[in-house]
Amino acid sequence: MTSEPSARAPHVSLSTLLSVFFRVGLASFGGSTAAFLYREVVKTRGWMSEEEFLAALTLSQVMPGANPVNMSLFVGSHLRGGIGGFVAAFGLVGPPFVVILILGGLYARYGGVMAVQAVLAGAVAIGVAMVLQLGTQLARGIKRIVPALIAAAIFVAVGVLNWPMIPIVIVLAPISVGVELWMQAKGRNG
Amino acid sequence: MDSRLLGLVLVFAPLSLFSFGGGQAIIADMQVQVVNQGWLTPQQFAELFALSRAAPGPSTLIAALIGWQVAGFAGALVGTLSIYVPSSIVMYGAVRWWQSRGDSPWRAALQRGLAPVAMGLVFAGALTVLQAAQVSALQLVTTFVALGFLVFTKVGPYPLMIVAAIVFVALQYV
Repeated sequence: MTSEPSARAPHVSLSTLLSVFFRVGLASFGGSTAAFLYREVVKTRGWMSEEEFLAALTLSQVMPGANPVNMSLFVGSHLRGGIGGFVAAFGLVGPPFVVILILGGLYARYGGVMAVQAVLAGAVAIGVAMVLQLGTQLARGIKRIVPALIAAAIFVAVGVLNWPMIPIVIVLAPISVGVELWMQAKGRNG
Repeated sequence: MDSRLLGLVLVFAPLSLFSFGGGQAIIADMQVQVVNQGWLTPQQFAELFALSRAAPGPSTLIAALIGWQVAGFAGALVGTLSIYVPSSIVMYGAVRWWQSRGDSPWRAALQRGLAPVAMGLVFAGALTVLQAAQVSALQLVTTFVALGFLVFTKVGPYPLMIVAAIVFVALQYV
C-alpha cells in the first residue's frame, strides 16, 4: 500500500489543506460538511472534479465511520497521500471537538443558555440550506432519465421512508453503474 | 491504562467499525451501551445528543461529551479517538484501493453511476435533519430564505450565518 497522492491531483500545501478543513469543520452545522467541502474543494479551488467528489461522497457514506471524517480522509489523501488524509481529518474534527466541550461545559453549569441556543439554531438552519443548495446544483447536472430516477428512488427510500441506507445503495448503485457501462459500450460500438 | 479509559475504548471502538452508513447507524446501540455502563441516564444521553447535533462537526462527537462525563479531558480525547480511528483505518484502505485503480472506462462509468446515488443521499440527509423534532418553524423559514439567497444571489454562507445568529438572538428578547 503506497501513500502517494493521486496522479491527477494539483499540488496543495499541508498548511492550506489544514486551514480549509479547519474552516469547513467549524462551519459545518446541521450535517452540511459535504456542502461546505463541495464549495471549497470543487467550486472555489478546483481540487477535484464534480464526478470525483460525488464518487468520494458515496464511498464515504457507505463505508463505516462518520461521513465528514471519511470525506476528509478521501480528499486529503487524494491531494497529499496518507499525511494529507490525516491533516484533513484532524483539521475537520479538531475545532468542533473544542467547541463541543465548551458547549458541554456551559450546558452542565448553566443548563441551556438561551443566546447560545439561538445562535446554534440559526447556524443549523443555514447548514441545511447549504445542503439543499448542493442538492439543487447536482440536480441541474442530471440530464437523463435513469440517473434522475435513481436519485429520486434513493431520496424516497432513505429520506422519506427511512429504509436502511446500505441495502438500498447496494441494490441501486450497481444498477446505476451498469447503465453507465452499457451506455459507454453502446457509444463505442455505434 | 485507567480502567475508565479502557472502558471507553471497549465501547466506542467496536461501534466505530460497525458504523456503516455513518454515525446515525450506531446512535441507538451507543445509547444502550452507555446507559448499561452506568455512565449516563437515557435522559442525559438524549440531551447530549441534541447538543452534538446543534454543534458544528459530526454528531458522533457525542463521544467526546460522553468521554468527558466518564473521565474528564482524557476521557473526551480517548472517546473521540476510539470512535474515529478504527473506521478511519478501514476507510483509508478503501481510499488507497480506489486511487490505485487509475483511469479506466470502468472507473469513469463507476463515477458517473455513483453521482445520482450521492445526490439522492444528499437530499435524504437534509430531510432527516428537517424532520428532527427540535426543528422550529423559524428554522424552516430561515432555511428556505437562505436557500433562495444561496441559489439566486452571490451571497455566501458565512454572512447568512451571521445574520441568522443576530435574528435568532434578537427574537429571544422580543
